Amino acid sequence: MAGTLEVSLWRGGADGRYVGYEVPMRDSQTVLDVVTWVQRNADATLSYRFACRVGMCGSCAMTVNGRPRWTCRTHVSKVASDGKLKVGPLENLPVIKDLAADMRPFFEKWQQAQGRFAPSKTRTDPIERISPDSPARLAANAAIECINCGVCYAACDTVRWNPDYLGPAALNRAWTLVNDVRDAANVERLTAVAADSGCHACHSHQSCQEHCPVALNPTASIAGLKRKTAQAYLRGEIKP
Amino acid sequence: MNVRLYIWQRLTAALMVPLLLVHIAVIFYASRKGLSAADILARTRGSVSWALFYGVFVSAVAVHASIGLRTVLTEWTPLRGRTRDFAVIAFGLLLAVLGFRAVVAVVLP
Ligand code: HEM
Ligand code: SF4
Ligand code: SF4
Ligand code: FES
Repeated sequence: MAGTLEVSLWRGGADGRYVGYEVPMRDSQTVLDVVTWVQRNADATLSYRFACRVGMCGSCAMTVNGRPRWTCRTHVSKVASDGKLKVGPLENLPVIKDLAADMRPFFEKWQQAQGRFAPSKTRTDPIERISPDSPARLAANAAIECINCGVCYAACDTVRWNPDYLGPAALNRAWTLVNDVRDAANVERLTAVAADSGCHACHSHQSCQEHCPVALNPTASIAGLKRKTAQAYLRGEIKP
Repeated sequence: MNVRLYIWQRLTAALMVPLLLVHIAVIFYASRKGLSAADILARTRGSVSWALFYGVFVSAVAVHASIGLRTVLTEWTPLRGRTRDFAVIAFGLLLAVLGFRAVVAVVLP
């Protein structure tokens, strides 16, 4: 494939602007390839983030022609319109510089939602046997493959409008742990996600699910949390 | 919105669905039969059932709409915390007062 792409990349911090570059087209070129080409050939000061280049690590997400995407697995041929590509940092997060968004608020909310495993046993206890087709394990499995890319968080209007909202990824992780019978912190977790700006702030409009690059469905996980927290509250197990 | 407000909002929404259907059916019935204002008042005045029906309806709307407005204010305005909560409680009370006034006007004998 020959020809040139008209690429504009966000440069600078919050007060930056889009800057144009001409990048040669290649076969099977990804958006990450384009960004890397600019850094190697046009401006070495361009800042962006990536690691695995194969859709595993979740560090390369950016806004591509208006939509949040994982850039290492996004082919230019699928997303360029008329040979034009506009790439910016992820939305709903502060910009550090150029294409690198500050992920701290995103990960802080994972902690706030108690999105970490709390062991109920020690290494001397026997290993817990979990049937792979128990309903709880099936629910956890359906949500477990999150790569922490932040695409859903950037796609969620409720995050945009209510900066305190925990967001789809943190709640999706909380849901996997609620369904982990080995976890010991579910009262704390359900209390955390049932608070103001927790799971009940979600409007179920499924933007997160639409954009998730690994085809998870955070909307369904959040709906599960809404049910679980409502039951726990009505039984007096948690207080808002 | 926390879990308590969520349950109240969904509960009142579920409650309003049958009430709304009856309300619409009554409107159709009244206009089909060509009932006059006097005919309608003759049926509603002194009726405990209609007082209860519309009393519950008004209460559900006041609770449901003020919780909903709280979400709207959170997402679309900088109002937060107690300022926002006082504003929506005032709104809920206003809806309740307006609604009950209308109910009282048609059911008091
Ligand atoms: C049968 C009647 C009704 C049903 C089934 C219903 C249902 C609902 C539901 C499910 C929501 C949550 C939406 C979400 O979280 O995204 C909602 C929100 C809301 N409702 Fe209702 N509702 C009804 C009547 C009313 C009435 C009569 C009013 C106003 C007087 C009202 C005002 C609101 C407001 C302001 C919101 C917040 C908007 C939002 O959260 O997106 N609703 N309603
Ligand atoms: S479904 Fe909920 S979490 Fe997903 S984008 Fe909509 S509001 Fe955000
Ligand atoms: S749920 Fe999907 S979009 Fe959201 S962080 Fe995880 S992998 Fe990324
Ligand atoms: S670079 Fe690891 S997911 Fe894209």
